[in-house]
Amino acid sequence: MEEFRILSPTGILGYGFPVESFKNGMGKRPHAIAVDAGSTDPGPYYLGSGISFTDRRAVKRDLEIILTAAIGQRIPVIIGTAGGCGGNPHLEWNLEIIKEIAREKDLRFKMAIIQAETSSDYVSACMEQGRLSSLYPAPELTTEQLEATVRIVGQMGIEPFLKALEYGVQVILAGRSYDPAVFAALAVKKGYDRGLALHLGKILECACVAATPGSASDCMFGYLGSDYFKVETLTDKRKCTTLSVAAHTLYEKTDPYKLPGPGGVLDLTGTRFEQIDGSCVRVTGSVFLPSEKYTVKLEGVKKSGYRTVSIAGTRDPVMIGKLDHILKAVQEITHNNFKESGMIYNLGFKIYGKNGIMGNLEPVRDIQSHELGIVIDVIAEDQEIANTICSFARSTLMHYGYEGRVSTAGNLAFPFSPSEFKAGEVYEFSIYHLIEVEDPNELFPIEILDIGV
Amino acid sequence: MKLKDIAQVIRSKNSGPFELTFDIIFKDRDMFEMICSKKIINRELISKLYNIPHEKVFSIIEFKPANAIKATIVRPVPSGNPGDTDVYGAQQHVPLLGIELEL
Repeated sequence: MEEFRILSPTGILGYGFPVESFKNGMGKRPHAIAVDAGSTDPGPYYLGSGISFTDRRAVKRDLEIILTAAIGQRIPVIIGTAGGCGGNPHLEWNLEIIKEIAREKDLRFKMAIIQAETSSDYVSACMEQGRLSSLYPAPELTTEQLEATVRIVGQMGIEPFLKALEYGVQVILAGRSYDPAVFAALAVKKGYDRGLALHLGKILECACVAATPGSASDCMFGYLGSDYFKVETLTDKRKCTTLSVAAHTLYEKTDPYKLPGPGGVLDLTGTRFEQIDGSCVRVTGSVFLPSEKYTVKLEGVKKSGYRTVSIAGTRDPVMIGKLDHILKAVQEITHNNFKESGMIYNLGFKIYGKNGIMGNLEPVRDIQSHELGIVIDVIAEDQEIANTICSFARSTLMHYGYEGRVSTAGNLAFPFSPSEFKAGEVYEFSIYHLIEVEDPNELFPIEILDIGV
Repeated sequence: MKLKDIAQVIRSKNSGPFELTFDIIFKDRDMFEMICSKKIINRELISKLYNIPHEKVFSIIEFKPANAIKATIVRPVPSGNPGDTDVYGAQQHVPLLGIELEL
């Protein structure tokens, strides 16, 4: 069996890669170029707003290099979780970039678009049919939560990719995808073992994060054989070691021996990692165990309001010593000032130098810093209310006359003018659930396009 | 000796929006096995270090292929929710650095 070769240009589309590494990868004649374009890590905002957390210029730069190289050599390009979150606006955004590149570079190719967005009606029906289950510790889904949810995506497995490949497309742009699926699909289609292909995809999905020194902005190369796979870097600045590759298997996972995904579990109980040469690691023994019922993970967010923040600092030791009391007073004054108005808001403070980073998990109780950073964080039902409360809390905190105060001109140092920033809509994850499906493709409609024709 | 003296990697990260996972990767197999055999990284320790109830410690798993121990806790606030302080969960590892070891 000939080795199946696959190039992973970058950890996330738009994170960049050295052209030299990419050329080295192309020199190895890959059967496919695959790239994961998203993550839930940047939080719920991007799924809710329909905006990518990656930058358009940066995504275009990466895609331009990938597409111009791949289309000429007729190498399939498979992109998952388009636009950072893989909802319909994200997919549309990424498609527009591809069309623009095709126009500018005079490229022609057949392309598949796979949608991943689903409706709350569909999820509601799944709830009624008992096909929905929650993933502890995510909360149970209630009807109210579902009604408040503004966007839902399903995480597709390899099946929609296999189906799209049947159309003979050269580029696949998919909505929300199980990260390893974009790497594994073509290999599975060609008859390679699904467990090894998915594990290879799991390592390639963050590109050189699995190398040392790690980087999400450098290319990685994978080889898949009948009972093993190998990964290697494409630059002498980094290498794959058994430790770096095995360590990546842990990354962002709860149980590294059992990695659940669409349709089954990737079981790594018998996995072995061996160093082949200075920069290449060989992996054997990873097995895919299909589950009795095929499940798809859903991600959804609801809107919880609008945010305004103000960033400030204090250098005053008397103020730092009385900070808890001062913040409580500002809360009360703000509340009393607007209590007749009926405005609904949440006023919070993040205190850097105290527990701004760890919140309630912070074990250090006493402030040891000579200066503190203060972020006034207001979430309200609309932007104007958030602005009002943030502005009022900011001026109150600036001029609050606490006991023992000597710096009577003002309590805060503001690094910027304006001192408040409208952060816009605020979202929360409301759905993180599994649904049972009859057909792994049922949530993921495919559309075929001829680009550049 | 402290944990940071014998570990190569000590890190935290989201494992999905509702969990926070800690990886401790040891410099060599002997150290890893010794720490595992003494069960030094356990639920009580994690719950004490982060001042959370035992049931919020989701799992502790030893992963031999990477000489690693993984501990996962329930996120006190889901990623990006109002009140969250670390959307990626990448800066919650520090209490682990100072774990005192009597070897």
